[in-house]
Amino acid sequence: MAILEVKDLEVYYGVIQAIKGISFTVNQGEIIALIGANGAGKTTTLQTITGLIPAKAGKIIYNGTDITRVPGYKLVSMGIAHVPEGRRVFAEMTVLQNLRMGAYTRRDKTEVEETLKSIYQRFPRLEERKNQPAGTLSGGEQQMLAMGRALMSRPKLMLMDEPSMGLSPIYVNEIFDIIKEIHKSGTTVLLVEQNAKKALSIADEAYVLETGKIVLSGDAHEMMDNEQVKKAYLSE
Amino acid sequence: MGFLSYFISGVSLGAVYAIIALGYTMVYGIARMLNFAHGDIIMVGGFVIFTIVSTLGMPPLLGIIAAVAACTVLGVTTERVAYRPLREASSLAVLITAIGVSYLLQNIALLVFGSNPRQFTSVVTLPNLVLAGGALTISSTTIVTIISCIIIMIALTAFINKTKIGQAMLAVSEDRGAASLMGIDVNKTIAVTFAIGSALAAIAGALLCSAYPSLTPYTGSMPGIKAFTAAVFGGIGSIPGALIGGVILGVIENLSKAYISSQLSDAIVFAVLIIVLLVRPTGILGRKINEKV
Ligand SMILES: Nc1ncnc2c1ncn2[C@@H]1O[C@H](COP(=O)(O)OP(=O)(O)O)[C@@H](O)[C@H]1O
Ligand SMILES: [Mg+2]
Repeated sequence: MAILEVKDLEVYYGVIQAIKGISFTVNQGEIIALIGANGAGKTTTLQTITGLIPAKAGKIIYNGTDITRVPGYKLVSMGIAHVPEGRRVFAEMTVLQNLRMGAYTRRDKTEVEETLKSIYQRFPRLEERKNQPAGTLSGGEQQMLAMGRALMSRPKLMLMDEPSMGLSPIYVNEIFDIIKEIHKSGTTVLLVEQNAKKALSIADEAYVLETGKIVLSGDAHEMMDNEQVKKAYLSE
Repeated sequence: MGFLSYFISGVSLGAVYAIIALGYTMVYGIARMLNFAHGDIIMVGGFVIFTIVSTLGMPPLLGIIAAVAACTVLGVTTERVAYRPLREASSLAVLITAIGVSYLLQNIALLVFGSNPRQFTSVVTLPNLVLAGGALTISSTTIVTIISCIIIMIALTAFINKTKIGQAMLAVSEDRGAASLMGIDVNKTIAVTFAIGSALAAIAGALLCSAYPSLTPYTGSMPGIKAFTAAVFGGIGSIPGALIGGVILGVIENLSKAYISSQLSDAIVFAVLIIVLLVRPTGILGRKINEKV
């Protein structure tokens, strides 16, 4: 069953078209990888889904509801969380305040505390640093905070934009382990990555984006053996 | 005793600047715009109180409540009608609009109340404080102004740190997009900021007109500019900065008036601002504001 359907989506920055009519489907319970080179339009796609950028044409359907024109802030309570590119934690607020912002739309106070506990269990370093301003954390810790913050809303669908960007290899592995865990606990994941090898290794389906168009789609593991993909995205 | 007296009334004037500066600094921090019409909200508050207290003969407290209500509605309406449609526009377009709103408010007041100064009756009806056997008299308006400023600072700080909407304001001021991803309604948060700033401007209007009781459509203009200066001086976007900037400015202004020249006092105030900004471009408590798109 599709939790998210993007149909013929077009997005512009002024007169420049960044997304040129893309369509893809995210099935409930899967990890979908969206890969592509720098500037392909991955971030634009995610930001359009969560309402940070308006769509010029096309439709975005979430759980059967057309959300194309729904203001972005309303999507959180509908079950969509977005871990943005560059983490974008609130640098001057503490780690705990950041996590609480993630639960901004929730009214079930006692259960929020439960969620907080479970996030501290998953990311013990966040608990150790809970009263520290988020800006003082290392890159990897900030990424964990950005993920923990998104999890505080208990999302059904989580969009992640290059969670491994700029991290040391140890952190990269840790982040991908965490994505697998999040997925195992029942959250559907739409993962954008430049690290195609890692992304394809944990994904079910994958789409390849090139200058605003989807040029390839299919089973993620088969894609790893695709000569074209190997040459363009998997060479190291 | 002369110095102490000038100093204390300078602190009181500075307290008024600080209350006005809060409006500038919060709106700048959260909506990233300079609301040049903010000073004129003070004048509107003054005329509301004048009408209710002097014209209709009702109690001052009622006048203040009515002014706070009227200014809150005015601030939120201005934001909704004039500024929100320009959310994605250049900051210059927003600034010009704000200057337009400022002239609009002044001219409406001119139309309704005329240009002759009106005599404002102080909203503070307590007796003055006489100290040191009569050598030092502190007016009750001065005392009430300083106490009001302290209460407002404490209340506002608690509001921002302890309430959900206060935290949302912090989040929006840091990163509007990320705040929206948390489920925060950015427009609503900005509207609340305007409401608080305008309500504070009404209180500032009551205190300012009580201390300087001549009310004209231009009454808010100069204190508005001074308070903006105070906000920049203290570090725009910073709440303690508004307090420090306001008080320092008020004291410098009053002491210059007393000891140097009342004509030159404004020039001295702005000269100090320029020097501070040359040495510390972000103001005393300012942080570097990274512009985000
Ligand atoms: N704010 C912006 N204004 C104008 N063009 C932009 C903006 N953001 C991205 N673009 C352009 O849109 C295209 C897609 O960018 P982006 O979605 O960030 O790609 P990716 O995330 O795949 O690296 C690029 O050509 C980029 O230069
Ligand atoms: Mg990107």
